[in-house]
Amino acid sequence: MDGEVILLDAYASMFGMRLRIALAEKGVKYEYREENLPKKSPFLFQMNPIHKKVPVLIHNGKPICESLIALQYIDEVWHDKNPLLPSDPYKRAQARLWADFVDQKVHTLGRKTWSAKGEEQEAAKKEFIEALKVLEGELGEKPYFGGEEFGYVDVALIPFYSWFHAYETCGNFKIGTQCPKFVAWTKRSMQRESVSKSLADPEKVYDFFLILKKHFGVE
Amino acid sequence: MEEAGGVKLFGFWVSPFAQRVKWALKLKGIQYEYIEEDKYNKSPLLLKLNPVYGKVPVLVHNGKPISESIIILEYIDAVWKQAPLLPQDPYERAQAHFWAKFAEEKVRQSVVEAMCSSGDEKQKAVKLAVEAFEEFEKELKRRGTKFFGGETIGFVDIVAGCISYQLPVHEEVGSIKILDSSKFPGISEWIRNFLNHPLINEGLPQKDQMFAYYSKRSKEIAYQKMSHKTV
Repeated sequence: MDGEVILLDAYASMFGMRLRIALAEKGVKYEYREENLPKKSPFLFQMNPIHKKVPVLIHNGKPICESLIALQYIDEVWHDKNPLLPSDPYKRAQARLWADFVDQKVHTLGRKTWSAKGEEQEAAKKEFIEALKVLEGELGEKPYFGGEEFGYVDVALIPFYSWFHAYETCGNFKIGTQCPKFVAWTKRSMQRESVSKSLADPEKVYDFFLILKKHFGVE
Repeated sequence: MEEAGGVKLFGFWVSPFAQRVKWALKLKGIQYEYIEEDKYNKSPLLLKLNPVYGKVPVLVHNGKPISESIIILEYIDAVWKQAPLLPQDPYERAQAHFWAKFAEEKVRQSVVEAMCSSGDEKQKAVKLAVEAFEEFEKELKRRGTKFFGGETIGFVDIVAGCISYQLPVHEEVGSIKILDSSKFPGISEWIRNFLNHPLINEGLPQKDQMFAYYSKRSKEIAYQKMSHKTV
């Protein structure tokens, strides 16, 4: 039995999307609870008192915070269906490294493409494209980062695609034209039901992003 | 000591990240070859083994490189089953990963930030560091064990462990005080127990050498931040 699974999330959160995809891949039934960001509920504070962030996966009343940690948890608990991480320790380490790269580079630089100004913003846009090119190099001729199968790194990365429209509009640059291999991978990934049903609509993400921008006082 | 199939560790003498890997290898009794890299003059081999970040530590096992200290620890634990570092239960493992990440990002990094910054930024960084220590203290108390791993040293202890011997140096270099032993009795006791382990205490960098290194490094980091600011 799956037990009681609750996902505390926010529609536009790329980290939340990771868990939606993983739970869908595993066919796990869960209750989705939307946080009305930037306002945060007392329940969120209770489930994630240290970081006070979404997503939080709550399994049989016990919270797991931090999306990549929760992703690994989901893969371990529901290991028999659609495994996301390889069982070989070396390949696992490589998958963890690339997922960490997504957090360190794609997320951080993506954020800078809209939060930074002037030369710093220009540098961030350039480095962001470079990071995607590094990922293209890692993908190579494989259909997915996981190889023949959609895997951990694919799940970690694909949600950022829903934020590209916001990055491009705010940063005034085009991502797709510079990374065609990456675009091909996103199209392939979007064909999976778990992905197409879990990813937020880019226009809605942009609307949310504008609220976020205002909230953080970035013009 | 067990002779494992070709284990090499590329490190840098003062690197807390490389130290984590050394501790894990020693606790599991794994024989390895250590190669010292110069942070300011990296070898072409290191850059080949870690093309993404070009940093130490890199563990090479049977000719295959693994980088990023926390990822290396997990790899070591998966390959060599003796003296396990991570718990078996998936929920407890997730908690170990959570606290390891917290130890790295909120505890260690905030101390370094406080060391390198000045003025208002320094005050803010010290406040964040103290808050992180408070959470750490609370979690130690809640667990009620000698180490985060239980009665023996585990994953979180190894990741957090660098503060045991580097914190006093960072405090001195940065003219800051974070670890007040009366305010953090749990962490203070944990540090004492951790450093009391012969394999942990063995071969740690000398305090005066660390002081000289971090004095220089602190200025470097501050300068880097300044030059980004003026852009």
